[in-house]
Amino acid sequence: MDWGQIFNSAAGELLSPVTAAYALAAIGISVHFGYAGLLNFGQAGFMAVGAYAFVVPTLLFDFPMWAGMLSAIAASVIFAFLLGIPTLRLRADYLAIVTIASAEIVRYIVSTTGLTDITGGAAGLSGFNGGFTALNPFPPGSYGFGPWTYTANQLWVRVFGWSIVILAAILVYLLMRSPWGRVVKGIREDEDAVRSLGKNVYGYKMQALVLGGVLGALGGVVYVLPRAVQPSNYGTTLTFFIWTMLLLGGAATVFGPIIGAMIFAVLLTLSDSILRGAIDAGIITFISGTQAGQVRFMIIGLVLMLLVIFRPQGIFGNKKELSFNV
Amino acid sequence: MSHLHQHVPPALRAISAVFGAILIALTLALTLGATSAVAQTTPTPEPTADFTETYTVGGIIRDDDTPLEGVEVEVEGEGFSEIGVTGDDGRWSVNLPAQGEYTATLLPETLPDGVAPRDPDNITRDVNLGTTNTVNVLFPTGAGTQVTSNILDTILTRLVYGLNFGLLLALGAIGISLIYGTTKLNNFAHGEMVTFGGVMFLLFGTTLNWPLIPAVLVTLALSAFVGYAQDAWLLKPLRNKGTGLVQVMIVTIGLSILVRYLFLFFIGGSTQTLDTGITNTVTVGPVTITVASLVSMGISIVILILVGLFLTRTRIGKATRAVSDNASLAAASGINVDRIIRIVWILAATLTGLSGILYGVFRQVNWSMGFQILLLLFAAVTLGGLGSAFGALVGALIIGVVTEVSTVWIPNDLRYAVALLILILVLLVRPQGVLGRKERVG
Repeated sequence: MDWGQIFNSAAGELLSPVTAAYALAAIGISVHFGYAGLLNFGQAGFMAVGAYAFVVPTLLFDFPMWAGMLSAIAASVIFAFLLGIPTLRLRADYLAIVTIASAEIVRYIVSTTGLTDITGGAAGLSGFNGGFTALNPFPPGSYGFGPWTYTANQLWVRVFGWSIVILAAILVYLLMRSPWGRVVKGIREDEDAVRSLGKNVYGYKMQALVLGGVLGALGGVVYVLPRAVQPSNYGTTLTFFIWTMLLLGGAATVFGPIIGAMIFAVLLTLSDSILRGAIDAGIITFISGTQAGQVRFMIIGLVLMLLVIFRPQGIFGNKKELSFNV
Repeated sequence: MSHLHQHVPPALRAISAVFGAILIALTLALTLGATSAVAQTTPTPEPTADFTETYTVGGIIRDDDTPLEGVEVEVEGEGFSEIGVTGDDGRWSVNLPAQGEYTATLLPETLPDGVAPRDPDNITRDVNLGTTNTVNVLFPTGAGTQVTSNILDTILTRLVYGLNFGLLLALGAIGISLIYGTTKLNNFAHGEMVTFGGVMFLLFGTTLNWPLIPAVLVTLALSAFVGYAQDAWLLKPLRNKGTGLVQVMIVTIGLSILVRYLFLFFIGGSTQTLDTGITNTVTVGPVTITVASLVSMGISIVILILVGLFLTRTRIGKATRAVSDNASLAAASGINVDRIIRIVWILAATLTGLSGILYGVFRQVNWSMGFQILLLLFAAVTLGGLGSAFGALVGALIIGVVTEVSTVWIPNDLRYAVALLILILVLLVRPQGVLGRKERVG
C-alpha cells in the first residue's frame, strides 16, 4: 500500500471545493437546527435550487457570474418562503417531513425528461464554468506545495469557495451575538416564552430558514463550479451526510460545521483508499472494490448513530446548549 | 446474563446487537444463495449510486409498467460503439471504457408492435460521463398504445394499480403511524424494514425456491424479530437514557444509512424479480391485472381489517390507542407502556415486512426499494393525520391512487413529485391531516 499517496489524497480533500460546499451547507443547517431549532431535512434541495438557479440562466441567457450568484440567492429565498409558510406554524416534525419532501420534488423536477432542454434531464448540465474561470485573477502557473499543489484555476475555485465559507462563518458569528441571534436561540429553547415577550416567533423562524437556505444554495453553487451539475447528487442521502458533518463538528458553533465537513471529507477519502489499497495488496480478499466503496457509507451511518448517542454536542459543541428538544 | 456485559455501554451494545442480527441474516442469505443466485438474477447495470469504479450507461425501457424485452439501444462515442439489449425486466446497460461524451440512440424498429417512442424525433440522448460513473438514460415509450386505448380505460387501469399500491403502502404507513403514536418518534429506518421484507422473501422464495407460504411466514417472523430487536436493543435503552426525540430520530437516520448499505453490500445493486409462481392475468372490463396483484390486494385488505379489529376490539389494541392518546395518563391507569411499545414495534415491523413482500411482487426488489418509498409512507401518515392509524390508511390510499393515476397526464418520472406536492398542499389547508385532530401550535 502506498501510504504517501493515501495521505496525500486525504490531505488534498481538506481544502477541496467539495469540502467548502459541504461546509457552507452545514453552516446553513447549523443556523436552522443549531441556533433556531428548525429541523431542515431538505438542505440537498436548497443546494440543488442554488446550483440550478446559477447554472440554467448562465447557459440560457448568458448571465454573468454575479447575476448567476444573485439568481441562486433569490431562488433559495423563494424556496425558503415556500417551505416556511405552510410549516413554520406547525409542530417541528412537520417541517422535517415537508423539507425532505420538497427537496425530493426539486430533484424529480430537474431530472424529468420533459425538461431536458432546460435542466439537462438525468444527465445534468455542464459547460457553464467559463464566466467563473474568466474572472480568475491568478496568472497561469503552479501554486502551493505537497498535497496542495494547484493550477491557477484550481487555486481560484478554492480561494473563491473558502472565502465564502469564511464570510459565512463571520456573518453567523456576528448575527448570533446580536439581539437577533439571542431571540432566535430563545425560540430554540422555549418558543412560548419568547412569544410571551411579544416577539414575532414566526417571523424570526422564517428569517432563520431563509438565511440557512441561502447558505445552502451558495454551497450548491460552489459545489458545481469545478464540475457538471448532476441531479443524482442531490438525493436525501446528501442531506443526511451534511447533518453528519454538522453533528460531527458540533451544531450551534461557528467552526463546528467547517471542521466537521473537513473531518468527514478526510475520513471518507482515507477509509476508501485504505480499503482499496488493502484489496489491491491482497490483504483483504473477501470484498470487492465496489463493496469497499459501500463499507465507508456503513461507517458513516454507524458514526452518525454513535455520535448522537454518546457525544450529541460534537467536537466543539456545548452539551447544555444542545439539550433542547424540538 | 446481563451482568456479563456490564462494562459495555448499553446503547453501544444495542447498536452492535442490531447490526449483528442483520449481519447474520444477510450472511445467511449470501452463503445460502450464492450458488443459485447467479441463474436467478438478471444482468443489470451497476448501482445508480455514483461511487463505483466502472462506467456504465443504462436504463429501463417499458410501456407504462410493462418492461419491454429485446429492445436495442446503440451507444457510441470516444471511438466506441456497442448495442445494449433490454432483458425481461426492461433493463439495459452498456459498460463504457472511460469517461467522456457518448450518445445513446433507441432503435425504434426493435420495439414491439403497438409501442412507439413518445417523442419519435428525440430518440438520441447525449450521455456525458464526467463526474458520475453511471448514467441512466430514459426513453419514454407508449405513444403507440395510448392512441388506441381510450382515456377512461387508462384511468380505470391506473386506478386499480393505484389501489393495489395504496393498500401495500398502507401496511407500512400504519406501522409508522403506530410507532409515531406511541413513542412520538419519526422512524427514518422504516424504509429499510420494507426492504428487509422484500430481500428476505427474495432469499427464501426465489433464491432458495421454498414454497410460497413457508417463505412468507419465515419472512414475517424475521421481520417481527427485527422490530423486536430495534426496540429492545436500540430504542428502549435510548428512552431509558432520556435521549431527546430529535436525537433518536437522527439515530434512526444513521441506522437507515448503515442498514441500506449493508443490503447493497450483500445483494449488490441489481434489481431482481420475485418469483411467486403466479403469472396469470385476469381481464375485467377494460382492466387487465395479474392474479398476483389481486391476491396482494386481498391480503392487504384482510390484514388491514384485522389490524382495525385489533385496535378497536382487543384489550391490547385499546391500550395501544390509550398510549397514543396520552402516555402518562395510560401509565397512570395501569397500562404497561413499555410493553405496549414493544408490541407495537413487533406488529409494525411485521406489517412493514409484509408490505415489503407485496411491494417486491408489485415492482421488483433492490437494495434501496424501501428508502425510495419512505417519503411516500411519511406523506401517507402526515396526510391522514400524524399518529392516527386509520388516517394512515386513508392517506396511503390517496397517495397510491394519485401516484398511479397522475401518470395519465404527467410523465412517469414525476409521479412521486405529485404525491409529495399534494402532501404540502394539504398541510397548507388542513395541517392536522385528513383524519387528524386539530391541535393549535404557534
